[in-house]
Amino acid sequence: MTRPTHPRYLQRDRRWHPPAYAPGYKTSVPRSPRQALVSLQNPTATELTGPSFERMTLGPHDNDLLMNFRQGTEHDGLPVGERIMVFGRVLDQFGKPVPQTLVEMWQANAGGRYRHKKDQYLAPLDPNFGGVGRTITDEQGWYRFRTVRPGPYPWPNDVNSWRPAHIHMSVMGPALSSRLITQLYFEGDPLIPHCPIVHTLNDPDAVRTLTAKLDLARSRPMDALAYRFDIVTRGQFQTYFENQG
Amino acid sequence: MSQLIPLDPAATPGDLIYRESPSQTAGPYVHIGLALEVAGLPLREVEIGNTMATDQADGTPIELVGTVFDGNGDIVRDVFIEAWQADADGTYQSAWQHDNVFNSFGRAAPDAFGEGQWRFHTIKPGACLDARGQLMAPHVALSVFARGINIALHTRLYFGDETRANESCPVLNAVESPARRRTLIATPEPGDSGRIRYRFDIVLQGEGETVFFDF
Repeated sequence: MTRPTHPRYLQRDRRWHPPAYAPGYKTSVPRSPRQALVSLQNPTATELTGPSFERMTLGPHDNDLLMNFRQGTEHDGLPVGERIMVFGRVLDQFGKPVPQTLVEMWQANAGGRYRHKKDQYLAPLDPNFGGVGRTITDEQGWYRFRTVRPGPYPWPNDVNSWRPAHIHMSVMGPALSSRLITQLYFEGDPLIPHCPIVHTLNDPDAVRTLTAKLDLARSRPMDALAYRFDIVTRGQFQTYFENQG
Repeated sequence: MSQLIPLDPAATPGDLIYRESPSQTAGPYVHIGLALEVAGLPLREVEIGNTMATDQADGTPIELVGTVFDGNGDIVRDVFIEAWQADADGTYQSAWQHDNVFNSFGRAAPDAFGEGQWRFHTIKPGACLDARGQLMAPHVALSVFARGINIALHTRLYFGDETRANESCPVLNAVESPARRRTLIATPEPGDSGRIRYRFDIVLQGEGETVFFDF
């Protein structure tokens, strides 16, 4: 066996990410480790490699939530709600595109209801909306989804907590080290500053980084608005000085 | 226009321009996106599931099972877990395909109304070298996502019947406390159809808290 060398990643800034223990978000209280994380100064192939999905077969509507759960024919049975496109680039911290990476998303319908066995919210399910999408970024790191804007919904945290409209976004990136799940919020949503989950972020810039911007120029006239949301995975760099003499 | 905020307005590609996108919890409905069967959604033609190896795969077929507990000792039923492991020769097989006999990557989640146990069908990984050329004991990297977990927790499952390899594993030995090291060791037990099953419970907080890594 030869000694493996893999590109390494910039250290993750744990103060920029939400802390495990964020008591305003009550479920984090019993689900946050009390012990310190064990830091691997010399990450191994386990952390520096990861799955690639270039050869995965995707369905024709996997990134089109207007189409991928519709029950009707070509001319009816579209989901209720504001038609939108969510698009953007996956880049690393050096601005390098992350090509051919799997981007997955899930969301509530326009009424704020999830198609999940455990969601009991009184807003109705939409027979034509599933709420799941996936795609692979192109060579320049671009991805796009077509969907409806999700509705806000109440949830048990404080007596009267509401989630702002959001889409859960999952990106694999090139390695286990770059694996990331986050949430996309919408520019101008008045619920963002009131959300306990948003408040797990300590820096207002972190919230702005997760807030998709309306891109009117890329919207389709008489069809759908466009929201731009770029995703940044950890910066990848080569190790030039393997032999330290 | 991107919503990203450059660290330095004068930065150009190649410079350090951005911070990583900050994490947010995967929430209680993670299954809709990443484990459709648990949500009750129809499956697409290809899904990434918890069968990482078929009977045709090289290596010893095994099952990995476990339960995740919170700081109150309650079962975390809405957990979602990703696994990443080497093949029987100690090589990571990055190119995931649904018809591979072995994939290094898999996903598992307990049933929505079940006992709260997650499970992988795989083969025992081989040992592989770390970055300095030292042999690591066979292991499976597990990433834990759930409601209430703000950023993924990364741990490693090691095998209880690999005592000698475990004792000399540089990553296990990076855990200073021997008592805490033991939280990374899965216990072998008889499994279905003669396979060995390894049980690996994960404790998020408190007594017996599992070791989680930063890297």
